[in-house]
Amino acid sequence: MAALNSILFFFLSALAVVSAILMVTRRNIVHGAVYLITTLLATAGIFLLLQAEFLFVVQVILYVGGIMVLFVFVIMLVNLDVSLLRFQFNGQRFVAGVLALALSAQVFLAIWMGRNSLHLPEPAASIAAKNTEAVGDALFQRFMLPFEIASILLLVAMIGAVVMAKRRV
Amino acid sequence: MGHLIPQSIVPYVIPVICAVVIVAVLPLLAGYIVLMERKVMADMQARLGPMRVGPHGLLQPIADAVKLLLKEDIIPEKADLLLFWFAPLLSVTMALVAYAALPIGPAFQIADLNIGLLFILAVSALGIYGIVFGGWASNSHYSLLGALRSAAQLVSYETAAGLGLISALLLAGSLSMKEIVMAQYDQGVWFIWYVPIGFFIYLVGSIAETNRAPFDLPEAESELVAGYMTEYSGFRWSLYFLAEYANMIIVAGIATTLFLGGWLRPFVSFHDHLPGTSVELLDALPSLLVLGVALYCFYLAPKQPVKIQKLFMGAVGGLCFLLAAILAGALFAPAPVQQGIHGAFWFMAKVFGYLYLFLWFRFTFPRYRFDQLMRLGWRFLIPLSLVNLITLAVALLLTREWGWNLRLTTILSAGVTLGVAALLLKEDDAGSQMQTADGE
Repeated sequence: MAALNSILFFFLSALAVVSAILMVTRRNIVHGAVYLITTLLATAGIFLLLQAEFLFVVQVILYVGGIMVLFVFVIMLVNLDVSLLRFQFNGQRFVAGVLALALSAQVFLAIWMGRNSLHLPEPAASIAAKNTEAVGDALFQRFMLPFEIASILLLVAMIGAVVMAKRRV
Repeated sequence: MGHLIPQSIVPYVIPVICAVVIVAVLPLLAGYIVLMERKVMADMQARLGPMRVGPHGLLQPIADAVKLLLKEDIIPEKADLLLFWFAPLLSVTMALVAYAALPIGPAFQIADLNIGLLFILAVSALGIYGIVFGGWASNSHYSLLGALRSAAQLVSYETAAGLGLISALLLAGSLSMKEIVMAQYDQGVWFIWYVPIGFFIYLVGSIAETNRAPFDLPEAESELVAGYMTEYSGFRWSLYFLAEYANMIIVAGIATTLFLGGWLRPFVSFHDHLPGTSVELLDALPSLLVLGVALYCFYLAPKQPVKIQKLFMGAVGGLCFLLAAILAGALFAPAPVQQGIHGAFWFMAKVFGYLYLFLWFRFTFPRYRFDQLMRLGWRFLIPLSLVNLITLAVALLLTREWGWNLRLTTILSAGVTLGVAALLLKEDDAGSQMQTADGE
């Protein structure tokens, strides 16, 4: 069972990374959207592997089923033919190269320093059965205030969007 | 037998069999729902409908399927090949995967997930990509417009439908499909009696989500030829069709499970044992109903014009008779077997009742305009579902904390919600009148 979990984990991680790279490099923006959806689904799969099925389902419903549908909607409204002809990479190779090197050095350093604690987290068997309830309890008891603040932030954003859209009418 | 298969795969045998049965039966079922749709349409328009292939058109779905399989597969020249191939597959796969958590009777369920309802919603929400990418990949303006309409419609109505479902979830207190049904069994009443407005909101939302008339704007033939499937033909087209009908059964299954008591029979809490046995009179109802259908088939058989049609009608009657015999036999079987068979019967009966509502609406209401559709979704259904949720939460609070009668409080909450609905409609009327005045 543990072997199967590892295989699934590496498969999903590879899928997420590869499709993330493909998403950035595709010229066709709709194909990019398809790869972004694949990345999000692979991440959701990793959640499921950790027996966090509520997070899995929320990831699929909100990111894949909600936000990405709106992304794709907007992409399709934009004139694709023009963007395909546009120059997609500008020539700052030197700066980009330095930044990429710095970033990979950073990541490598982080992994190297944490090499002793590098193992897959084991799912907590006792929580696994009542996962959804556990998330609800945590959100509404321990993290009540941050949760409410986040909700109010979203509400403000929503009202702001409505106000900005109203002005035009 | 036990030593032939390793112990570790034994728990997976029954779910796999269930899955195979569902995947095998569903296309056939979808075909016959199309026939049912054509027959109901014909009946409402005072026609006969399909009559040629088989008695009363009973073999029409099979003829249609053969025709679709043999048709030429046309791919537009400038289509995006990979997405064009992949999109219908995605639609139909996601529609089929959603069945994994749907309980068709207490014994017939592939997996009882503790997030069952959310799983079904998530997976069927993925099916939209089949429509969106298919419409885009066709490289046609009609298809693209159909796809865009579909995406906008789904996002708008998913919110309202989801909030409608939450009203039943508040009463059930679980996301597992099986436990939702058992909660209705324990409380002795279908949740539609507690939250009729939640059911209504989900009904409207589910029609819009499955792109059915009167909300079938993504495939409005008078404006968009056939919307997102304009460029599809033959087998790929039929996959889209299969996905649409599979999704209809899914939403009907969700509504049945959450609001109509799932596999429970009507009058769950009413028991009338026959003296001296464990047989209940109400449990005999399914077999009597099917027996009636069988007798009607036998009555019709001699009236068929051709001999082969007489034989076929007789065979259909025989099948119904067999089904009635199985249902009657189950009465005397051990309780799990009886509940499994009768549960599946009641579940399917309710699903078909819900689908009949879909058909009825399709042939009754004219198609909405797109701005009307959006206004109904955003300015009426979503506020209404929020108010419904809040009043229901207050009702549950009154019941659970102060011991008020749940029936009374839910009626009060429904009354308040209806009042708000009337206000919303009135305001909306005034608003739209003002808009027309501005336009002039």
